[in-house]
Amino acid sequence: MLANGEAYRLCDSGLDDSDALQIYRHMLLARAISEKNWLLTRQGRVLFSMPSDGQEASDVASAYALDTQVDFIVPYARNLGAMLVKGMTSQEVMLNMFGKAADPNSGGRQMPQHWGHKRLGIISMGSSVGTTIPRAAGVALATKLRGENAVTAVYFGEGSASEGDFHEGLAFAGVHRLPVVFICNNNGWATSVPANSQNSNTQVSKRAEGYGFPGVTVDGLDPLAVYQAVKTAVDRARSGNGPTLVETITIRMMPHSSSDDHLRYRTQEELDAERELDPLPRFRNFLITAGLLDEESDQTLLDAVDQEVEEAISYADASPSPDPATALEGVYAP
Amino acid sequence: MSEMRLIQAVRDGLREELAAKPEVFLIGQDIGVNGGVFRVTDGLFEEFGPDRVIDSPLAESGMVGVAIGAALNGMRPVVEIQFADFIFPAFNQLVSEAAMMYYRTNGEYSVPMVVRAPYGGGVRGGLYHSQSVEAFFAHVPGLKVVVPSSPYDAKGLLKAAIRDDNPVLFFEHKLGYNTVQGEVPEGDYVVPIGEAAVRREGESLSLISYGLSVHHCLEAAEVLSGEGISCEVVDLRTVRPLDTVTLLESVKKTGRACIVHEDNLTGGVGAEVAAIIAKDAFDYLDAPVQRVAAPDVPSFPYSPELEDALLPGPADVIKMARELAAY
Repeated sequence: MLANGEAYRLCDSGLDDSDALQIYRHMLLARAISEKNWLLTRQGRVLFSMPSDGQEASDVASAYALDTQVDFIVPYARNLGAMLVKGMTSQEVMLNMFGKAADPNSGGRQMPQHWGHKRLGIISMGSSVGTTIPRAAGVALATKLRGENAVTAVYFGEGSASEGDFHEGLAFAGVHRLPVVFICNNNGWATSVPANSQNSNTQVSKRAEGYGFPGVTVDGLDPLAVYQAVKTAVDRARSGNGPTLVETITIRMMPHSSSDDHLRYRTQEELDAERELDPLPRFRNFLITAGLLDEESDQTLLDAVDQEVEEAISYADASPSPDPATALEGVYAP
Repeated sequence: MSEMRLIQAVRDGLREELAAKPEVFLIGQDIGVNGGVFRVTDGLFEEFGPDRVIDSPLAESGMVGVAIGAALNGMRPVVEIQFADFIFPAFNQLVSEAAMMYYRTNGEYSVPMVVRAPYGGGVRGGLYHSQSVEAFFAHVPGLKVVVPSSPYDAKGLLKAAIRDDNPVLFFEHKLGYNTVQGEVPEGDYVVPIGEAAVRREGESLSLISYGLSVHHCLEAAEVLSGEGISCEVVDLRTVRPLDTVTLLESVKKTGRACIVHEDNLTGGVGAEVAAIIAKDAFDYLDAPVQRVAAPDVPSFPYSPELEDALLPGPADVIKMARELAAY
């Protein structure tokens, strides 16, 4: 298969042909779900969504670097691709979008895309961003105190890196050399506020030095680069050498959420230019050049993904809503 | 049985739980080699080592956030906030994360965590070392809030809190650490969270309190008994959940109620207790429900003259009880 430069690059990344196609399929699935979610909110069938279009390479390839059986993910809302890699099914995602009783994330108690799935090692998140960062250090501390070798990956945007909890979580993880990988998806926008209004140094990874561990910035639109950086960080964490801050530079092709209008603060020209960077056609072209994909097999994949999502939507739509009689239940653990 | 101070009872409770359960660990500022600024954890670092008694960076939100994460991954952390006054940086972690976890995950994840903090005035600590903060947290569904008044309760309730699968705030009166003494049995026991105790039986009126203020009520009751005013003293022990059965039974018997706490008046635990009495014991009342509390100033000021002018004590309870009895 080593027919050209692209194939060599794949080989260097530590991934094989099958991995590359798995990553591509998860990217396609994440995109298909995100696009459907947007339509469902526009139809009023789903009340809220947070598009992840543009972030698939970063999310999928980073999660692919984890041992999904033992490692933990402490997510944030735009982490759909990582959730799929960690084992959440399309049906479970759609149960969550529709707020149904059987949603394993919260049974309809939280807004959509507030992930948390105990069996899959996905730690619950709320809407208060940044609180997850010390929480991830705590998950990793427990692992370390018990002498286990699980790694905890925590995801957040560059906006959340402005929260005090970012500082407090990284400081703690550094002091205790905890097995954590901090993954900052820097898409340049915290809702409507650009990164240069968050910090005069917009390169988030530079801050790692202040906490005594490495920070790296990678092209978040290139799954191979993301995989290599996160795999290095995961291996480092698992071997007891402490945390790493990985910053993936991504794009936000859609508004912050279904309640946001990004044309209030971005121009159409800028958005059109950014769409040219879409990681999906880029990785598709890579796979075709590497000889792993052709138009026909690509179409077969796309059809299968579309069918999976449609079936998940039908399943979730027909699934029962939570019983109003349960609204008072579960305030306290017994 | 042995006689010990409140601080020793808390320390014994921590030591016994650390020894019995590998999933228990302590985290806080200066709790390691230094043994805590009040010396509550004195000797525990030497006994259990740096993995079980962890000195945290000076970061309350991060510390509680770390504890929540550890609790979600099978541990039972006990956090020490150095003074209750410094708990507010962690308010978001406690209210938005710990308190909501069980509900928001539909019962999948729980947060078995205890957050201990010394509270209260009378030690010339000024505005930032004297506050009572229980009312903020008693308002929050998903949290439990415990304020023990005796060494026996402190140890037994602390053990119950550590074994509880919910986040529990545990407030210890810092003046009481070395001034409150009592009998504590040898060996393991728990005092259940959510059960009040009648500390003194009486007929004329009910003094309902918690924490160090219980001792002010008992002192007042002793004086008042000489005047023919027979006070029942109810120690709530837990301010969330409230033991409404015990407090209502007492008020239905006496027909008069006064709630006593060191926290300031408006929106305090006393307001909630008064509302419960007004609703469920209205027909039994012979007098308006009264409260003895700190006045609505930000906290106790540093100057002894100023602090003493504001700190509620036995004299305030006696004055209010006489008014109630005469009503």
